[in-house]
Amino acid sequence: MKYLVKKIITLIMTLFLVSVLAFLAFQIIPGDVVTSILGTEATPEREEALRKELGLDLPPVVRYFSWAGNVLKGDFGNSYRFSKNMNQMMPVAELIGDKLPVTLLLAAISMVLIAVIAIPLGVFWARSKNRFLDAVLSMGTQTAMAVPSFFLGVLVTYLFGILLKWFSPGGYVSYKEDFWGCISYLLFPAISVAIPKIAMTARFLRNSMLTENGADYVRTAYSKGASERRVAYFHVLRNAMMPVVTFLGMIIAEIVAGSIVVEQVFGLPGIGKLLISSISTRDFPVVEILILYITFVVIFVYFLVDVLYRVIDPRISNK
Amino acid sequence: MKKIGAWFRDQNAYFLVGLAMTGLAVMLGILSFFWTPYGTTAMSAAERFHGPSLRHIFGTDNFGRDIFSRVMQGIGTTVIVSSLIVLISAGAGILIGAITGYFGGLLDEVIMRVTDAINSFPSILLALVVISILGRGKQNVIFSLGIVFTPSYVRIVRSEFIRLRDADYIMRARLMGVKKLRILFVHILPNIFSVFWVSVTIGFNNAILAESGMSYLGIGVQHPEASLGNMLSDAQGYLGRAPWYALSSGLTIVWIVLGFALLSEGIRRKQEGRK
Repeated sequence: MKYLVKKIITLIMTLFLVSVLAFLAFQIIPGDVVTSILGTEATPEREEALRKELGLDLPPVVRYFSWAGNVLKGDFGNSYRFSKNMNQMMPVAELIGDKLPVTLLLAAISMVLIAVIAIPLGVFWARSKNRFLDAVLSMGTQTAMAVPSFFLGVLVTYLFGILLKWFSPGGYVSYKEDFWGCISYLLFPAISVAIPKIAMTARFLRNSMLTENGADYVRTAYSKGASERRVAYFHVLRNAMMPVVTFLGMIIAEIVAGSIVVEQVFGLPGIGKLLISSISTRDFPVVEILILYITFVVIFVYFLVDVLYRVIDPRISNK
Repeated sequence: MKKIGAWFRDQNAYFLVGLAMTGLAVMLGILSFFWTPYGTTAMSAAERFHGPSLRHIFGTDNFGRDIFSRVMQGIGTTVIVSSLIVLISAGAGILIGAITGYFGGLLDEVIMRVTDAINSFPSILLALVVISILGRGKQNVIFSLGIVFTPSYVRIVRSEFIRLRDADYIMRARLMGVKKLRILFVHILPNIFSVFWVSVTIGFNNAILAESGMSYLGIGVQHPEASLGNMLSDAQGYLGRAPWYALSSGLTIVWIVLGFALLSEGIRRKQEGRK
């Protein structure tokens, strides 16, 4: 319990620090927001008025707290680039709102693929005594890790989209219209995100299991008459999974980042695509919130992994 | 069959294959600064979308440009950009790692917390943050990735300096009154390079992947300069008509990355064998 409280306090401190950094980073950007909205030919009075309206005349500390307060209330400010109509600015929250589920769905499907394929593959690999198979898996995973996710996306598009015609590239259907249609489209980008991670996780699990194989408890299990199969699944796997859990936590962070690129390949209207286009058009309020959001996800996942680790392995919390 | 397995287990095979793969790519890249089979921007309306042939071994693109020539130029760009990234990050890593590792103290504590934090984030995300502040373009990619990859070197260099700072020969040098700067860079530094090489090769790998990813997204190397990433992004539009375009630029990236991965694995195994 004491541990959990300590962890939560660290979590909050980190989130605070990150938000300060995100805020500061976008304060030092060269170029003036007011000029970029009004253009260079606006009168000084108009510029002054807009500056007041946007709250830019206040000191940075005040602005940080009003910004952070608004973010906590769910008010993320307005996009510079998009507007609802002539007189109404586009709130960032609305802009992100319908893009977030796409990215989260993609990440979730990828994660399921990784867990479902990599763990059995790793166990199978660790148990296999066939040297040829070992060489093939070793070479295959090494190659899979060298393929960047965006190229994998292009390959998947070519193979499944153009040659086999299992899906129509660029024909994304919104999850609001057709949920299962959307899932079946997302399966292909998810495959592109998952393949290198599957290779990494399988390698990692295999090595972890081979290390565990030399442990005393394995010898004990064998001498008690447990079959090789039983030892592998009931004794070794449980212990070998410990480091893999941390590894999978890091993978989640990478999936979130990796899907930024893959969304672009498959034309998915997720936050990755929004982030890239906002960076290109220098739409800072959007970039700021997206960076903050992704960072929060990463930090939160690490927090969960840390806590989960103690739940799975009670030996750690006793120390 | 057994022979193939045994051959793959051989520590030197990794190194040799990796060296051959990266060596070929780097040579083609350097060659492209002086000579390419065709002009990299020479367009030809009559030769649009020609498949791979003896005339154009990787085929031609939507403007009738020779893809092999452009791939060569792309490798050249990638090699230069990633070398600069590795140079910046490894250089800064050595400097920071040496000082924090050797002297320790509060500064060390603070810097380690910061590097831990940066290390735990996906590199492309951090690079995007820097790019969004600095703006896109080749120089900014080099700069931002240079910063982003620095912590990984700091970690390695620091732990090596901690291991060596109390070694007998360093104590001796200190007793003899050798200046601190000299101890750091003349007495300790040469001894960490065997470990350092592994991270340099991995660093190349990460730099190439990140650079091509950012160029693919259109925030890295800009047209008309060819880079493997922006070629792949162009090629995607003609995937049905000219699949060789996407394959030649994409597989080149895989080739180089795999080459560096094998190279670092080879170096690592060699060192383990030595110990």
